[in-house]
Amino acid sequence: MKTLQNLEWALSSFQQWEKGMNGEAETEFHGLRRSALKAFAEKGYPTTRLEEWRFTNVQPIAGTSFVPALRYDPSGVRREDVGKFFFPGFQGSRLVFINGHYAPEFSERQDTGVRSLAEVLREDSEAVLRHLGRLVKPGDPFAALNTAFLQDGAFVRVPDGVEMPGAVHLLFISTGGEKPALQTPRNLIIVGTGSKVSIVETYHTLGGGTNLTNVVTEVFAGEGSVIEHDKMQNESLSSFHVGTTQIEQKSGSTVTSNAVTLGGSLVRNNVGVVLVGEGCEATLNGLSVGTGAQLIDNHTTIDHASASCESHELYKAIQDGRSRGVFNGKIFVRKDAQKTDAKQTNKTLLLSDEAMMDTKPQLEIFADDVKCTHGATVGQLEEEQLFYLRSRGIPLDAARDILTFAFASDVINRVHVEPLREQLDAMLRARLREGRVTGA
Amino acid sequence: MLEIKNLHAAVGGKEILRGVSLTVRPGEVHAIMGPNGSGKSTLASVLAGRDTYEVTAGEVFYRGVNLLELDPEERAREGLFLAFQYPVEIPGVTNSYFLKAALNAVRKQRGEEELDAVDFLALIKEKMKIVDIDPTFLNRSVNEGFSGGEKKRNEIFQMAVLDPRLAILDETDSGLDIDALRIVADGVNKLRRKENAVVVVTHYQRLLNYIVPDYVHVLVNGRIARSGGRELALQLEEKGYDWIREEAA
Repeated sequence: MKTLQNLEWALSSFQQWEKGMNGEAETEFHGLRRSALKAFAEKGYPTTRLEEWRFTNVQPIAGTSFVPALRYDPSGVRREDVGKFFFPGFQGSRLVFINGHYAPEFSERQDTGVRSLAEVLREDSEAVLRHLGRLVKPGDPFAALNTAFLQDGAFVRVPDGVEMPGAVHLLFISTGGEKPALQTPRNLIIVGTGSKVSIVETYHTLGGGTNLTNVVTEVFAGEGSVIEHDKMQNESLSSFHVGTTQIEQKSGSTVTSNAVTLGGSLVRNNVGVVLVGEGCEATLNGLSVGTGAQLIDNHTTIDHASASCESHELYKAIQDGRSRGVFNGKIFVRKDAQKTDAKQTNKTLLLSDEAMMDTKPQLEIFADDVKCTHGATVGQLEEEQLFYLRSRGIPLDAARDILTFAFASDVINRVHVEPLREQLDAMLRARLREGRVTGA
Repeated sequence: MLEIKNLHAAVGGKEILRGVSLTVRPGEVHAIMGPNGSGKSTLASVLAGRDTYEVTAGEVFYRGVNLLELDPEERAREGLFLAFQYPVEIPGVTNSYFLKAALNAVRKQRGEEELDAVDFLALIKEKMKIVDIDPTFLNRSVNEGFSGGEKKRNEIFQMAVLDPRLAILDETDSGLDIDALRIVADGVNKLRRKENAVVVVTHYQRLLNYIVPDYVHVLVNGRIARSGGRELALQLEEKGYDWIREEAA
């Protein structure tokens, strides 16, 4: 399929933006942006001819002129609207971003290591440059677009030997405008040796209109660190979301990534882990719930680059209406990564005749002493289970909801950050009760 | 309470029930016996409303209403209960959630208020004693990883909670050792009342030592070939099914 590329808006907004800069245009950091823009302009958006994008046509994005959110503008954003997205009784740090820009008036900082990226850039750009872009592939067009307009995001740094008591909540809100808007938050999470932290990214929309959230998160897991990274995306059904979470694990570290996608009309999630040190454990869980004409694409990569690491992956999808789901799970086991133990599972529940799922496990194994398993199932609710519930007096609709919820809760229960787990639980129950699996 | 008239049912075009007639009155216990493939479980499934079976002729009245027109859930809410031969595993749904949803659906139908968490738990604890069930069971997923005996006990536990008017036990004895059999049978006996009826579907006489039937019916080739009292079951135990099969032929 041919993808018509509209890139003009990116080039002209970038030029406009540069003109208004006061000296910043000459910095090393801005040089990064400039070369990223160049890379994006040269390659353009990915097309379905590329193996990585075979099932996902980004034409709705590629054909749209976006207006990048170049400055912080909280006008019209009321506290009570933002407050709806908070976790009740939450104790940890919360950073709120409006269209990708840090919003201090809605944020609560409990830890000095939890900051806005823009703030750190102003004070100590070296600290950022040491890590930024080290984990994402320069050839990825969306990562390039993110870097071209990169200004702000979360910067979380946990020193060696620190266990953060509460979770860190990063709340990203896009506000709809008259013109399609682009937000490009960029997050850096750097966790020291033997440290422990849980980080929750949630994505929501206020107002109507079309938005593109193009986010990149880079996570550096130090030796022996323990990290839970949760991402929950519940943006409006007129939103596009392309997100990349790229994780590097040093020896003996344990990282769990939970990715839950509920909203958005076209969503692509890339979650990648590189196990650079020995004896690591990586767990990737995912849940997507699609309805209407949503397209939700999850691409994961686990790169066993060192010996004696374990990876566990469970991605589940519920597809209703005319929605489409994609799962592509790559596992690489490098030549020296002996004693690797990798397990991948992908399960899809199709709730309507028109819903679709493309699933593609991809294992490339170059070591000989490894244990790798994968399995994918696509199915409907089981008649026997439905009949069993009905035979006890539970109406058919409720029986369907109970089984659908059970399918999803298998992933939700793997989220250890309690306020998020409770919110997910309540959101899903409410949606099922209202007779729709999802919706904005 | 239950009146089955000339019931015919087929699966995939193959007729399995070929004219079953049976009347069950309140307070009675009926046993339906028969060799494998005679249609015993089909009869139980048709009564519970499993739609893999097509009713091709006949009628079933339950407390004056045409049972065959009701959905499975409506039958349950009217007080009909099927204890499954093969209870289904439902991962991710806890027993307590499942029971509460079922109980409140049934109570709603009876015009009773839904139970809140406290009252529900009190009721559940009382019923657990009937079938000797461990409290940790409530937080486990429905039948998931249960042994055969636990699954059957869970069926009787559900029956105790839902308090049906007509219980149909479909080969509840299969796969049970003698201790489990006794627990299950005791549970059923404790739930017997003069307004309620039980239909026990079984291949063997053994269960009927514990749940003593008023009537025994022998199903052969989709029809009731012979009916009698309790002594008929003992006769079958001694002589097997062949003589009835020959008579019916």
